[in-house]
Amino acid sequence: MNITTQEVLQVAGLARLELDPAHLHRIVSQIQDILAYMATLNALDTTGVEPTSHAIALTSAFREDKPGEHLEREEALSGAPERDAESFLVPRVIG
Amino acid sequence: MQPFQLTIEAAANLLARRELSAEELTRSVLERVDAVEPRVEAYLTVDAPGALAQAREADRRLAAGDAGPLTGIPLSLKDVLCTRGLRTTCGSRILENFVPPYDATVVERLRRAGAVLVGKTNMDEFAMGSSTENSAFKPTRNPWDTRRIPGGSSGGAAAAVAADMCLGALGSDTGGSIRQPASHCGVVGLKPTYGRVSRFGLVAFASSLDQIGPLGKSVADCARILAAIAGHDPRDATSVPETVPDYQAALTGDLHGLRIGIPDFAAIGGLDPAVARSVAAAIGTLESLGARQVPVSLPHTAYAVATYYIIAPSEACSNLARYDGVRFGARAGGQTDLLEMYRATRSKGFGEEVQRRILLGTYALSAGYYDAYYRKASQVRTLIVEDFKRAFAACDVLVSPVAPTPAFPIGAKADDPLTMYLSDIFTIPANLAGIPGLAVPCGFADDGLPVGLQIQARHFNEETLLRVGHAFEQATDFHQHKPPL
Repeated sequence: MNITTQEVLQVAGLARLELDPAHLHRIVSQIQDILAYMATLNALDTTGVEPTSHAIALTSAFREDKPGEHLEREEALSGAPERDAESFLVPRVIG
Repeated sequence: MQPFQLTIEAAANLLARRELSAEELTRSVLERVDAVEPRVEAYLTVDAPGALAQAREADRRLAAGDAGPLTGIPLSLKDVLCTRGLRTTCGSRILENFVPPYDATVVERLRRAGAVLVGKTNMDEFAMGSSTENSAFKPTRNPWDTRRIPGGSSGGAAAAVAADMCLGALGSDTGGSIRQPASHCGVVGLKPTYGRVSRFGLVAFASSLDQIGPLGKSVADCARILAAIAGHDPRDATSVPETVPDYQAALTGDLHGLRIGIPDFAAIGGLDPAVARSVAAAIGTLESLGARQVPVSLPHTAYAVATYYIIAPSEACSNLARYDGVRFGARAGGQTDLLEMYRATRSKGFGEEVQRRILLGTYALSAGYYDAYYRKASQVRTLIVEDFKRAFAACDVLVSPVAPTPAFPIGAKADDPLTMYLSDIFTIPANLAGIPGLAVPCGFADDGLPVGLQIQARHFNEETLLRVGHAFEQATDFHQHKPPL
């Protein structure tokens, strides 16, 4: 089960990445090597083993439903590549 | 001795006795930065005016008798920590001009403690790497041999401490990124228990593995920094509401009755003989101090790297989805279509290793492959957690090398990501299990490069790590050696 160039391109599309065609062969071959190494995990029988997503057991952290401190609009917009007085601006989405 | 060479402990004593001012100390450190930074390249941003203003404020607090253990102490911050009003790049082009509108909780706590923040240190882009070569801006050099890597991803932090360009530092550790560079640069580095230190304001890489921690010239200095940054923070739901113990009080020097477990690290391929020799000698030193060896086994360590390099990229590809050129960070110009804008922004903004990990993570989480990769890795993570539980039923600390070899030459592994990943074998398991790990200098290879000893303990047992590391330091002088800069 190893990844093809076509699959790498498809995954890149999902991740909103455009791969440089000049490097594509190398990128695919590195990812194939890495995935082949990942396959060593298949040597382990994990039937019935519960997965761990978080190493420390924590219950949900609740707080009172009251507004806390927050960024003022001007601060929130301060790093925007393109903005007007009150919004982030993006290329037109609807024609 | 010049002020910049002082440990935090020694400097704090001189500051308290008013034999040295915070401004003199800060000027000394800034002069040191001017002198050696061109050869080491540890910093991405040096904030000299800010540091001097903070030093003068610290002097006022010292004069008023309102000083704490870090007041007036020049520290550096890895550039993954948000600093209000001060550029935070994460080593990436995509954040090259990002100026955060808020401080990370750890930064806020250091400011409140009166620390002087010298600047932001270099790192592998988004903390992805083991050599700091993945910084989009420049590689940092190892102060012990400037042709070699300092380790990573907190390579700038470790090099800055080793080269006396700050008295201590904050780094972050997702798979060894504090401990491995500390080891390669001959300084002390501590990855606390997951949840011990708030991650609010730490630019996220792999959220179930990331943890902020100190690097310093001694274990006592790391204990001092940890005390300032540890503790619950309502802004990080994964920070743990447990009391922070008195870490200084843990530095008793007494190891009698301590049970040390030695995993079979020699079985891991590629272990450098100098590393094996230094770690074996260090174990002998711990025994001479009253510790005794008990047998332990961590049978799933050999699977840790594969597990980590599925889980970490999976979390990373999700975390890095936020870099879309809309709210902050760089945007590729000239695009009239939204999707084209996303693609151009991300492809130009992220470096090769970051793109590789996004691809791996996206693949591992995608329909049809989730069970084979992410779920499988999460199950093996459980087996690794259980290995540690069994081991810690028999021993108080686990002792091993930090890295299989001393620092390698710049460029040596640059085209071989898998070989680079494999060098994280000893440090990765602690992140998967969330346990704390400490790196302390324990020897030198024949060519003079530092070797580090890793000590690991149960969750929230930083006191034990600090006690063992401190006792080891009292019996040895490896941490006092300085690089020949």
